[in-house]
Amino acid sequence: MEFNFQFDWQAAIDSLPFLLKGLPYTLLISFAGLAIGFVIGIVFGLMRIGPSRWIRWPAVVYVEVFRGTPVLVQVLFIFYGLPTLLGGPIDALTAGIAAIALNAGAYISEIVRGGVQSIERGQREAGLSLGLSPPQTFRYVIWPQALRRMIPALGNQGIVSIKDTSLFSVIGVGELVRQGQVYIANTFTALEVYFMIALLYLAITLSLSLALSLLERKGLVG
Amino acid sequence: MNDSANRQETAQSSGSSPIVRLEGVNKHFGRLHVMQDIDLSVAQGEVVVIIGASGSGKSTLIRCVNGLEPFQSGRIEVDGKTLLPNGASGKSLQAVRTEVGMVFQQFNLFPHLSIRDNVTLAPRKVRGMTRRQANAIADRLLERVGISDQADKHPTQLSGGQQQRVALARALAMEPRLMLFDEPTSALDPEMIGEVLDAMRELVNDGMTMMIVTHEMGFAREVADRVVFVHGGQIVEQGPPDQLFDQPRHERTQAFLSRVLKH
Repeated sequence: MEFNFQFDWQAAIDSLPFLLKGLPYTLLISFAGLAIGFVIGIVFGLMRIGPSRWIRWPAVVYVEVFRGTPVLVQVLFIFYGLPTLLGGPIDALTAGIAAIALNAGAYISEIVRGGVQSIERGQREAGLSLGLSPPQTFRYVIWPQALRRMIPALGNQGIVSIKDTSLFSVIGVGELVRQGQVYIANTFTALEVYFMIALLYLAITLSLSLALSLLERKGLVG
Repeated sequence: MNDSANRQETAQSSGSSPIVRLEGVNKHFGRLHVMQDIDLSVAQGEVVVIIGASGSGKSTLIRCVNGLEPFQSGRIEVDGKTLLPNGASGKSLQAVRTEVGMVFQQFNLFPHLSIRDNVTLAPRKVRGMTRRQANAIADRLLERVGISDQADKHPTQLSGGQQQRVALARALAMEPRLMLFDEPTSALDPEMIGEVLDAMRELVNDGMTMMIVTHEMGFAREVADRVVFVHGGQIVEQGPPDQLFDQPRHERTQAFLSRVLKH
């Protein structure tokens, strides 16, 4: 048996075209999931600070359930479990997007709640005292400030969710990790391929970090 | 009884019906009875200064007038609209707030908006003005309070005194019929108090109806038509400033004034 401790750069580069076929899936699941998760997060985050317990309670249950269970279990449940309830198969991509949306939505609910609650009470009072309605006060006074404060935490969640999509190789979504596994099965270049996969994730998450820090800086000045 | 006679006298002497009328207003914070059967009227054009120790309920009183504090019984009439106990005011709540401006101790400017947009937000969103119409009003008001060269800056770039003058301009942009001031100079450095009081003085000269909670006794004596002393959630004594400051009848008023006027 021969061991090769050499890192084969050529093998790494050769794997790239095949790996890149997985990139659109990784990006699609990440961004579609996060976009839906953001909407869910706003709705449930605001419900959590709602005026009646009948509004707050469902939001608490949702957050606790989807924050308190692993995203891998969630996607397995959606992909393998739900079809027996629904009576028809769910396609793997949809299952992946749904799992990211529901999981990120739970965390984003908490981010939204924290962001809105962090705005001083005087801001609301000033808006109301000027004759703005409560919804107008929220939209023009509270929300813009809260959103700005939420950016770092939202960025964190985005990065976590992007990485979570790597788990969906188990349900056969042809994302980065899945593509890598298929490629390795034929070439036995695990070292090089997983290294390249790691680099690709890093490229995505660093771009997001950079974009958010630009947004944050602009927000602080503007 | 003296007090109520006094109040009616004041209201009549200014020759118009009251713009604000509180009748038997009670408010509790848990077990604390922070407003006890408050009766108070303010005539149009009158300047009423409310004094009292901290925790006496004086801020709570004016915050009830624009519905920022709910109350448990009684009624408040502002410019013909009625505020009811336990948040049952419905539409009249926003109607009242549109007619009543307020300046807060902590300024409460909107930090994400420029100075100009702080002033124009409510005229645009509540009155439906175009940005151009609202900007014209904002520029006029900012010039009046001496901030016109700062209109494009953000609140945090201004001094406390400047911020409070912007807050005043912001409230005036809605052309209120009544202005409430909740300790407008208490959060300011001493050297900035004068500029805010000057801006308020100008408003008094314009005939604005004002309810002012303040610890500035000299200012109170100078601008007030009537001074109201509040203690323990009750109106203990009220009258023209000379009378209340020089010949307070109630021992609580005497005790309070001897403490605040000494230094």
